[in-house]
Amino acid sequence: MKQFRAFIKKEWFHIFRDRKTVFILFGMPVMQILIFGFALTNEVKNANVAVLDYSKDAKSTELVQQMDASRYFDVYSSLNRSADIDRVLKAGKVKMVMVIPPDFTQSIEAKHKVTIQLIADASDPNLATTLVNYASSIVNDFQKQYFTEKIPLVVTPEVRMLYNPQLKGAFNFVPGVMAMVLMLVSTMMTSIAIVREKELGTMEILLASPLKPLLIIISKTIPYLFLSLINISTILLLSVFVLDLPINGSLFLLVSLSMLFAITCLSLGILISSSTNSQQVAMLISLMGLFLPTIMLSGFMFPIENMPLPMQFISNLVPAKWYFYIVKDVMIKGLGIASIWKEVLVLFGMTMFFLVVSIKKFKLRLS
Amino acid sequence: MNNIANNQREVVISATNLTKQFGDFIATNAISFEVYKGEIFGFLGANGAGKTTAMKMLCGLSTPSRGSATVAGFDVSTESEKIKKNIGYMSQKFSLYEDLTVTENIRFYAGIYGLSIPVIKEKTAALLQQLNMESQKNVLVKALPLGWKQKLAFSIAIIHDPAVVFLDEPTGGVDPITRREFWEMIYSAANRGTTAFVTTHYMDEAEYCNRISIMVDGKIEALGTPSDLKKEFNSATMDDVFLKLARNAKRIGD
Amino acid sequence: MIFAEQLTKSYRTKTEEVKALLSVDLNIPKGEMFGVIGPDGAGKTSLFRILTTLLLADSGTAVINGLDVVKDYAKIRQQIGYMPGRFSLYQDLTVEENLQFFATIFNTTIEENYSLIKDIYEQIAPFKDRRAGQLSGGMKQKLALSCALIHRPEVLFLDEPTTGVDAVSRKEFWQMLQKLKSDGLTILVSTPYMDEAEQCDRIALIQEGKILMNNTPENVKASFSDPLFAIRSNKMYQLLHDLRDDHLVQAAHIFGEDIHISSEVINQQVIIDALQAKGHTQIQLKQINPSIEDVFIKLLMHTESHEQHS
Repeated sequence: MKQFRAFIKKEWFHIFRDRKTVFILFGMPVMQILIFGFALTNEVKNANVAVLDYSKDAKSTELVQQMDASRYFDVYSSLNRSADIDRVLKAGKVKMVMVIPPDFTQSIEAKHKVTIQLIADASDPNLATTLVNYASSIVNDFQKQYFTEKIPLVVTPEVRMLYNPQLKGAFNFVPGVMAMVLMLVSTMMTSIAIVREKELGTMEILLASPLKPLLIIISKTIPYLFLSLINISTILLLSVFVLDLPINGSLFLLVSLSMLFAITCLSLGILISSSTNSQQVAMLISLMGLFLPTIMLSGFMFPIENMPLPMQFISNLVPAKWYFYIVKDVMIKGLGIASIWKEVLVLFGMTMFFLVVSIKKFKLRLS
Repeated sequence: MNNIANNQREVVISATNLTKQFGDFIATNAISFEVYKGEIFGFLGANGAGKTTAMKMLCGLSTPSRGSATVAGFDVSTESEKIKKNIGYMSQKFSLYEDLTVTENIRFYAGIYGLSIPVIKEKTAALLQQLNMESQKNVLVKALPLGWKQKLAFSIAIIHDPAVVFLDEPTGGVDPITRREFWEMIYSAANRGTTAFVTTHYMDEAEYCNRISIMVDGKIEALGTPSDLKKEFNSATMDDVFLKLARNAKRIGD
Repeated sequence: MIFAEQLTKSYRTKTEEVKALLSVDLNIPKGEMFGVIGPDGAGKTSLFRILTTLLLADSGTAVINGLDVVKDYAKIRQQIGYMPGRFSLYQDLTVEENLQFFATIFNTTIEENYSLIKDIYEQIAPFKDRRAGQLSGGMKQKLALSCALIHRPEVLFLDEPTTGVDAVSRKEFWQMLQKLKSDGLTILVSTPYMDEAEQCDRIALIQEGKILMNNTPENVKASFSDPLFAIRSNKMYQLLHDLRDDHLVQAAHIFGEDIHISSEVINQQVIIDALQAKGHTQIQLKQINPSIEDVFIKLLMHTESHEQHS
């Protein structure tokens, strides 16, 4: 136990005395979240929208005017028939269409429920969400002018995302970044940390000492497991408080499954370290062999359904894909273990496999 | 190796109060010496004595803070590009590309020194013959035994007939026979007029040089032939000479 | 204490099989300082790794302190101290942190065995808060030695401990080893430098995986039976060729400022006359005692010519 503690202490020294390591460990997750976050919430100005106003009465005209007056929108055209909606959106002239139902003024005054339809071109999902959010808040402001007392919304925007109804992409990046960061910290950093000892020659001394090889592996990986936990927390905090992306499901479930994935990554890291003797090669294998597939084949950047069949099949071998599904389901859709047990089982199986193989491959001796 | 009186000989390296200062630290402190054409000059010193700094200045890689030096007739402060064309360099650790063949290495280095293609061809053939490596010419360098690599590296370092060749611990770790073959090559090059400037930790290696300088704490504390130095310091071996000088060193290494 | 029989190890590369060790036998009693002398690539490191349980031999057996290197590797690892060839400490840890770490992984404390390393550690103690990466070569060696000794091993394996270290530090290092030997430690040390061989009780000259000779330094030198002379003249490079071309002697090798020549019989006057006829002046010729390097050269020449015949 004393050996173990001394070893972990030494690992902390390695990590915190190297500025580059500290940056990769703590700067990268924050940067990735912020870059992806702000790439998605691009400020929108004077986007062209069309209006299909079935009422054409005083209040509906006022709403349209307020839309036009805001700095976010320009009312580009007024439509007369619902058939036009598809035409203008397809032509790409407008990014969103607002549909106001008949008898708008009447309904509001009677405090009936009114539903305004916002139809957005979601082929650019980021833009679509932003536009819809702004439009919704204009509608909110609009009704506040008429009802000073607090009342439930009377005018509710009903949102329809066309062409990409699930809005893939918008909520995708947080799970995707989590998978990437865990890959980075647990796989790349761990494999580099182990290979560095080989490169320095210290592994020779460690192996020639009474330390059990298993203890060497465990103490080498524990700090990175812990750092993974910190990174997961950072990402979740950032996504909740900076990006307004709530955690809909169980936090405990989310974190535990993230730790499971971190262990998958760690065992991959050990596996890589046992098959190479240079830090550069370890980094290359981590980046090309694991990082790229994680980005390309996990469904994070490119929808798996759209891939050719062989690629879809290969994507099943990428652990990150399963983790990505799990995070999306738990975090975004708020689903419980009952609906993701299959994915969890696959990930668990993979983890066990890699862990056993990597520990078996970690040698008692050199070469 | 040559016992001709020094004053008759052409000076190839000349340093006058050559100094390099980093902040308050004087790495090389006003060293002055001359090296002659065809001489094998040993440049010795403990870790951190300032050898590396001095050598960098002589190769034109670092500008002196004070003092001056010329190498092959060029000023190290102002004509470093010309110096680089007229020197060769070989270190035990780095020299050849392991993943290129023998011929590819020769052609590459000959090429970067601007030799013409017919000359490169001719030199390559001559060099392979001289090293008795014709059958190995298409073998990757990493597959060669250490001794062969070293000999090849030296031949390549002097392929452009430089005025001076700088050798950094050229024969550390090689077997005694290869070591001798290597020194024979250096002597042969010196005999043809190339000056060899050898830096090393190892005193037995130093004994192969015509003259030796020993640096301690940035200054040259001794300079002479190995026999003269042994007499001067009343020692049986160069090791003893060095120990007597370096014991008083104040600096604690690099 | 260290016993090896018929150790053989080879590595496969893409194109060929490299023999690192060929039927190596060793028998080193307790308390001896044994030197393995040979150039880079002679097989020294493979031998050390097999004896320190880090590498499996293809065939042959090795026993350390009565324990088999294959079966009892775990027990051996507690009883040996090992300093690999490359500098093998954590560069980003301080001197003290390194020592502390190695003490702990060997289940001991610095205090418990301080007496053993006191002399060595005191020399680097003023720098105990400095990172190991910032130490000079000599101090790194001292720290590495302290770390290898901190658990009071019975056998010390030092693979090329003095490579890259200046003459002063080398001398100090050998003095430390002599002190450790007098404390009863068995020491196996390797070096490519012939002049260090004199420090050992017994030495093995190794080349291309084979032990060419295994004896005390005195006996190794005594094995050089032919008379050996050192010669110099005013034209040294010419001298070497003249000696060889005219077959005045059987062997002529540059040796520092001199050329060492040997033959079964040497007639000094014949040689001097022949050289004078070739225009050499200031000829100095004197009989000398062979050094270990002379013996090594002779052994290598012998094996090389032997290989050429077979």
